[in-house]
Amino acid sequence: MSFNLDSKIPEGPIQDKWENHKFKCKLVNPANKRKYSVIVVGTGLAGGSAAATLAELGYNVKSFCIQDSPRRAHSIAAQGGVNAAKNYPNDGDSVWRLFYDTVKGGDYRAREANVYRLAQVSNSIIDQCVAQGVPFARDYGGYLANRSFGGAQVSRTFYAKGQTGQQLLLGAYQSMMKEVGKGKIDLYTRREILDIVVIDGKARGVIVRDLITGDIERHVADAVILGSGGYGNVYFLSTNAMGSNGGAAWKAYKKGAGFANPCYTQIHPTCIPVHGDSQSKLTLMSESLRNDGRVWVPKKEGDDRHPNDIPEEERDYYLERIYPSFGNLVPRDVASRNAKNQVDAGKGVGETKVAVFLDFKQAIERDGKDAIAAKYGNLFEMYQRITDESPYEQPMRIYPAVHYTMGGLWVDYNLQSTIPGLHVLGEANFSDHGANRLGASALMQGLADGYFVIPYTLGNYFGTNDLEKVDTTHPEFDKSEKEAKERLEKFLNIKGSRTADDFHKSLGKIMWEHVGMARNEAGLKTAISQIQKLRSEFWTDLKIPGETDEVNIELEKAGRVADFLELGELMARDALMRPESCGGHFRVESQTDENEALRRDDQFAHSAVWEFKGVDQEPIRHKEELKFEYVPLTQRSYK
Amino acid sequence: MSGKEKIITVHLKLWRQKNRSTKGFFEEHTLEGVSTGSSFLEMLDQLNEKLIREDKAPFAFDHDCREGICGMCSLMINGQAHGPERATTTCQLHMRSFSDQDTIVIEPWRSSAFPVLKDCMVDRTSFDKVIAAGGFTSVNVGNAQDANALPISKENADLAMDAAACIGCGACVASCPNASAMLFTSAKISQLALLPQGKVEAHKRASKMVEAMDELGFGNCSNHAECEASCPKDINLSNIARTNREFFKAKIFSEKE
Repeated sequence: MSFNLDSKIPEGPIQDKWENHKFKCKLVNPANKRKYSVIVVGTGLAGGSAAATLAELGYNVKSFCIQDSPRRAHSIAAQGGVNAAKNYPNDGDSVWRLFYDTVKGGDYRAREANVYRLAQVSNSIIDQCVAQGVPFARDYGGYLANRSFGGAQVSRTFYAKGQTGQQLLLGAYQSMMKEVGKGKIDLYTRREILDIVVIDGKARGVIVRDLITGDIERHVADAVILGSGGYGNVYFLSTNAMGSNGGAAWKAYKKGAGFANPCYTQIHPTCIPVHGDSQSKLTLMSESLRNDGRVWVPKKEGDDRHPNDIPEEERDYYLERIYPSFGNLVPRDVASRNAKNQVDAGKGVGETKVAVFLDFKQAIERDGKDAIAAKYGNLFEMYQRITDESPYEQPMRIYPAVHYTMGGLWVDYNLQSTIPGLHVLGEANFSDHGANRLGASALMQGLADGYFVIPYTLGNYFGTNDLEKVDTTHPEFDKSEKEAKERLEKFLNIKGSRTADDFHKSLGKIMWEHVGMARNEAGLKTAISQIQKLRSEFWTDLKIPGETDEVNIELEKAGRVADFLELGELMARDALMRPESCGGHFRVESQTDENEALRRDDQFAHSAVWEFKGVDQEPIRHKEELKFEYVPLTQRSYK
Repeated sequence: MSGKEKIITVHLKLWRQKNRSTKGFFEEHTLEGVSTGSSFLEMLDQLNEKLIREDKAPFAFDHDCREGICGMCSLMINGQAHGPERATTTCQLHMRSFSDQDTIVIEPWRSSAFPVLKDCMVDRTSFDKVIAAGGFTSVNVGNAQDANALPISKENADLAMDAAACIGCGACVASCPNASAMLFTSAKISQLALLPQGKVEAHKRASKMVEAMDELGFGNCSNHAECEASCPKDINLSNIARTNREFFKAKIFSEKE
């Protein structure tokens, strides 16, 4: 099958594209909407908002999630906030500026038309969420409060304490439950997607496993929507939830959906460092801490003194030294890379020596303990609960951790993948963040896709396609179910000696070492061969207890790790084939004289879209050229 | 590691139950080599790795975000929901709260509205049903006016946020002698009743959600306040008072109609 990478960007000036497109979209009349059914995979901000909105319009929605309730999707853990171009503070923000900042922040590797639409609908998101009863922070006059976030020069971030993701998700969840109550959404919780069913070239269903009974189920629909999140857990340790996985997107890739820019990974600079071998996940400390905290390491290598005993003149505030104008507020990728450089140079701190200090001493002396507690009290408490150290009394120890994946399934302007009828929303797609996502933009994108984009473009899909009647007795369902069952049996029958977690940790080490914050050709080639070797060991030495027809958490893990062992290789390949540095993808071979990321726009101003050719076959790399008509290409500088 | 960490041995008494329809029992294990810097769930991960290597069935428990926000983790630990630390979920509990050679009893939430699925995994879909009965504002996408068109006093916005912080874990039900879901239900009723956007339906919402709660097999509230004491998010009892007000208003209002 050859790939159709037509991005379907509408005609006209960028300000008018979305309006023009909405008008041209075919409509489905209200009486006919109830004749269509839609499967939505995932109940985070993207999947949850899509399910609710499509049900409100009258479509019959089937919603799937792996957790016990849609309210638990990992969008819930987002702390900082959600961006919008409301310009309530009157400080110079606009749709244009949000668009411009997002394209630039993404290091010029996103599609302009999509990003502009994102900025355009951002304001409606805030309106919708307030109407749902999301308790955003307010000032004493009763109006909505805004803050600057992640180095933005305007205050455009709306927030609900340090729990913005939770409140937005509960808003979407409640809208979903309203439709569940009306019978417009059928909820399937504790279900995992085992395959996407494609009939006559169109996505028409899914095969799922009931994680309680082990039953394999077939579900048919007129379209399938994936809002299944990112694949950061390929690194084993990340800030993602334990259950977050790339399974549904990976199954779609293997069925013919293009996978774009898999190497674009965001490594967040301020996370609590790894404590030891039993570590199961990493916890983010909000980026807002860098507004008042100062990052430093001892000047002397291997300095074992307690941080409070190291005098001022023996400390290196390296971000302030290297980047005098942005200082501690440099973007995420720059902050992360510099922390790694210090640790690599032997300046790391704490018992493991893989951390740097984030110090609030001067902020407390300047503003008082109460002022700092009012801003960061809940974060300080969380830090102390995990590390047993008080940031009021000694510096925090922080280190970067995998946080978000900008890459994902390729989609056109309609959010449709290369498989007709398969639409992909939120972190699962690749569309809006380019090579680096700005803080507080993930929530914005998930909700934009679900509340305001897919309701129009899905209608257009139905209005322009004749969908044949199919049901779950179609031979494609037989085939998909048979393959899914065989795979489960295979996991159980290996009867080897290593657990799924054990393999996952080995994969994570390879990925972190070679496909992490700094990548080079030799390392990436090593990673590819090591992953291939690990994958063959997995299929001969895996140990999974229990049976398929019961709760079997190890069996669930095996399926996810098997996918990661393939996806990790594709990430390394993608990184290898992009010998430029951009955003979160830093190639050691491509840096400026001042050791900053150097893009190569003449050769790499494109998205790489991969086509699956078989597990042990080389995939094909296609290109979607990116045109920058509105935001001029410049080299980012934070000096 | 902060250098203060120790390696300890713990004795575990775990609730094992094959599925919804079989009887459960306690099983004992001794786990050595536990770092006090590990989280409680990392200790259980360590146990499971050991059980699998010994060809024994791993212990099933719910968890996901491990950051104290998704509400998926549960566990009665030595008789306390989410263990001994105040305002802390099980996933945020660390082994430094325990001593070498401690015996730790781990049980599921126990309530007829939360049937056990396996070991310490329980079915909490009854909470979703309570929300589906009315825990929302009836606003469709497209209806909303400008977000700043309706100022809301900071005091009410903050109170609404405090109530909205509920993570739906079910500790309140598990701790209540009557297995009442009043704290969970009232947190949502309160949040929405405090905001003008939710005010329109406040009475109807209270009445429908309380009705659903009764039908789903949760008990009544008799002011034991165990729920508040065990809540990992410090949800306040005053939400229950506010709910009772809305509920009575609903009754009076419906009689008028």
